[in-house]
Amino acid sequence: MELLEFIKQPWPWYVAGPLIGLTVPTLLLIGNKSFGISSSLRHICAACMPADIPFFKYNWRKEIWNLIFVFGVLIGGFIATNFLANPNAIVINPQTIKDLSTLGIKDFNGLMPSDIFAPENIFSLKGLIFFVIGGFMVGFGTRWAGGCTSGHAIMGISNLQVPSVIATCCFMVGGFASTHLLLPLIFKLF
Amino acid sequence: MKSTFETPIVEKEEFVCEAPNDMKTSESSLSNLKYLIVGIMFGIVFVKAEIISWFRIQEMFRLQSFHMYGVIGSAVVVGMISVFLIKKFNIKTLSGETVEFHPKKFQQGQIYGGLLFGLGWAITGACPGPLFAQIGSGFVAVIVTLLSAIAGTWTYGYFKEKLPN
Repeated sequence: MELLEFIKQPWPWYVAGPLIGLTVPTLLLIGNKSFGISSSLRHICAACMPADIPFFKYNWRKEIWNLIFVFGVLIGGFIATNFLANPNAIVINPQTIKDLSTLGIKDFNGLMPSDIFAPENIFSLKGLIFFVIGGFMVGFGTRWAGGCTSGHAIMGISNLQVPSVIATCCFMVGGFASTHLLLPLIFKLF
Repeated sequence: MKSTFETPIVEKEEFVCEAPNDMKTSESSLSNLKYLIVGIMFGIVFVKAEIISWFRIQEMFRLQSFHMYGVIGSAVVVGMISVFLIKKFNIKTLSGETVEFHPKKFQQGQIYGGLLFGLGWAITGACPGPLFAQIGSGFVAVIVTLLSAIAGTWTYGYFKEKLPN
């Protein structure tokens, strides 16, 4: 029982990081699979709407492990949130709360602010920007870059690949630019 | 004619995704279950370390918390040591195969695409992995983000030849 209480606490970086890092050798050794998540989006395109585009014409069935893996991530999210949830409110740096309050965020209780992620925002300007446009940039950008945080930052750099270091630096530059330049403009709309 | 001609080329040269299946033997559905289990563990870590939180991503890009840097940094160190050990001692997979690694070629897309993904990362608060974990956590609005990310991937495939790569 105490163990469960312990697990329910938010996990520190030095527990989570190494566990994520161990995914690399685990996938390599259980089935010769290189770790990467954004490729699942490509397999979904290849499986559902290849539309005769050469980029989606390959044997996606051979890569089905990747789709099973991301489905597992979804189930893992369900299990952690429903059975292992932290009973306390999320702890956020007071300065971050201050900065985000200035932008107009009011809800600091959960993992995601309901100001943005409430389902009723789906069919609004907020939804268009944060879900539709944001998601599009994630999908288009990761594929253009040939990988995301997992494929480049973790798998690529673990394998000492210079292009992955470049890609990861660009992820970070984009993120900083978005946070400090784009978000203040976006929040002016609401 | 065209399609039968193109398919083998695509498979041989084009298909260099970052997460290829290099296993020689094919796997049964039961065998594929192990990827489900690894995925579940991974999803639990994502939620429990609050990596799926939009706030944690904001803290990272505002340099107001070490958490995300610690997570990614220590993951890379553990991954690096693991890859080093696998190469050094030529550790084989469960089915006795040699582990395959893929050198990545530099392409301009890593810069343009990387920047674009970074922009989207700070807005959505999610890279592709956390998207799935957020949906599992019950944030239904993120289903829209995922569908849009799939649409983005599709659009990239459509315009691929016209983009600098």
